[in-house]
Amino acid sequence: MPPGVDLTGRGAADLAASLSAGDVSAEALTDQFLQVIRRREPQVRAFLHVDEADALTQARAVDAKRQRGEPLGPLAGLPVAVKDVLCTKGQPTTCGSKILKSYRPPYDAHVIERLRAADAVLIGKTNMDEFAMGSSTENSAYQVTHNPWNLERIPGGSSGGSAAAVAACEAPLALGSDTGGSIRQPAALCGVVGLKPSYGRVSRFGLVAYASSLDQVGPFAHTVADAALLLEAIAGHDRRDSTSVDRAVPAYTTTVEVPVRPLTIGVAREYFTEGLDPEIEKAVREALKVYEGLGAKVREISLPHSPYAVATYYLVATAEASSNLARYDGVHFGRRSAVRGNLIEMYKRSRGEGFGAEVKRRIMLGTYALSSGYKDAFYLRALKVRRLIRDDFDKAFAECDVVMGPTTPTAAFKIGEKADDPLAMYLSDVYTIGANLAGLAGVSVPCGFTASGLPIGLQILAAPLEEEKLLRIARMYERATDWHTRRPTLAT
Amino acid sequence: MSLTRDEVKNVADLARLDLTDDEQAAMTRQLGSILDYVAQLQRLDVAGVEPMAHALEVKNVFREDEPAPSLPVAEALANAPDHRTTPKGEHFYAVPAVQETDDDKASAEK
Repeated sequence: MPPGVDLTGRGAADLAASLSAGDVSAEALTDQFLQVIRRREPQVRAFLHVDEADALTQARAVDAKRQRGEPLGPLAGLPVAVKDVLCTKGQPTTCGSKILKSYRPPYDAHVIERLRAADAVLIGKTNMDEFAMGSSTENSAYQVTHNPWNLERIPGGSSGGSAAAVAACEAPLALGSDTGGSIRQPAALCGVVGLKPSYGRVSRFGLVAYASSLDQVGPFAHTVADAALLLEAIAGHDRRDSTSVDRAVPAYTTTVEVPVRPLTIGVAREYFTEGLDPEIEKAVREALKVYEGLGAKVREISLPHSPYAVATYYLVATAEASSNLARYDGVHFGRRSAVRGNLIEMYKRSRGEGFGAEVKRRIMLGTYALSSGYKDAFYLRALKVRRLIRDDFDKAFAECDVVMGPTTPTAAFKIGEKADDPLAMYLSDVYTIGANLAGLAGVSVPCGFTASGLPIGLQILAAPLEEEKLLRIARMYERATDWHTRRPTLAT
Repeated sequence: MSLTRDEVKNVADLARLDLTDDEQAAMTRQLGSILDYVAQLQRLDVAGVEPMAHALEVKNVFREDEPAPSLPVAEALANAPDHRTTPKGEHFYAVPAVQETDDDKASAEK
């Protein structure tokens, strides 16, 4: 390959092949992505921290290993962007919050250890809604990230920085976290692939907790095969997370090319009701026709409790958050208020000054839902409805391989449009939340564009631990279409 | 479902959150409308439904109680806003007085 050929628009598997063929060095490739970051960040603002020297050092170490003929990991030399909610030893990990501005974790998250062991190049930490609470990345205490397809619009959230970084070709791969849709929703709005693994498939050790019974780490990529590559590297058991599933990780990258036949697709009628933009519906219906053309059977199903998912989520997630975020007390780590006072006053001031509006709102809601006299009416009832939501999915998966529908009700909205209406913001996760409550695997794949050029995502959901089937089915669509090959046009 | 300003103040106390007057006002309004929205769950019949706290049937995971390396004290303390080491070499997180004195009350009121 002649030097100077721009490789940054290519997918990860493609780049891995060029790296192992010796067509390009990890250092040269990393340098290309760093150049894109330098050029585009003033517009996109996907990254909170980029340490160029450190990224190049990692890349040179991979090149040296390759030259010595040592065995290399599956991500050797591939740059990966990481959501700033994952602990990286000695490096900033802010969670998009002022309260963790100067925090430097003393350890790596499990998935970061896995990336290093796979010889990936950690290229930077990406912007996010504070503590992963939000659907637009506007709740970051540091900056607003812009959608690479339309800079006046949000990239989605809470993993908006990771989605925008891949969409803008600032990194070929990224990690995010998904508690109510925070990988799939920004993936849909930025026109990339985003996968939320089943609960327990990927260790949460070192993932800063928001709602522990819902949080999962997962990949962003240009293609389904690339997402399979990254998932395979991070999935698997970890004794430091007691909810991590001790079951062998299938060879996703090998099986992803094998179509699923026969294939029955469930389409929930509740996902095609009021609030769904007609342009999104049209694109999703066309995607279903593509599957029919591939021999799939499409069957209408019902998930009768899905209209209650958002309400259930905002009680379960906030209750867990109110407990998890008690650790930000100005004592063990994080910011302490400079205002003098007794211990209780110090706690209250440190938290009052350190948290942003949405985080405070969710801590308040969760504290209320768990408080004496309200716990049964709110929290306990939500846990029962959660069971009904899971039962709906169990019934659906008894007769269908996967459930498909839109990832989001609308395409990316304008920056500021929903900033003053928390409830309207919550409803942008209406289709994604069910998978978290039920512990399912879910992926969003690009399936078209609106007339104004905004990406649309198709959501595919599979039963817990059925990632292998999910990826194979998603890949069938990708092979039949070319939406995943589109890249946004940016001025620089 | 409406929420009073006093209820909001009480919840903020429970959550150890200092809220400004403006924040209290906004929170009263916003939490009220979110609670109205989540009230839809009251419409469902959940009699006999087992609460689901977790997507996996979580069991306690046990291991042998064997000593293993843990985080060195200096690293564990490195992120603390304030910590002390005594002449004997004992390490502590440092916090304001837990028991309130009259001086603390006076300074807190300022």
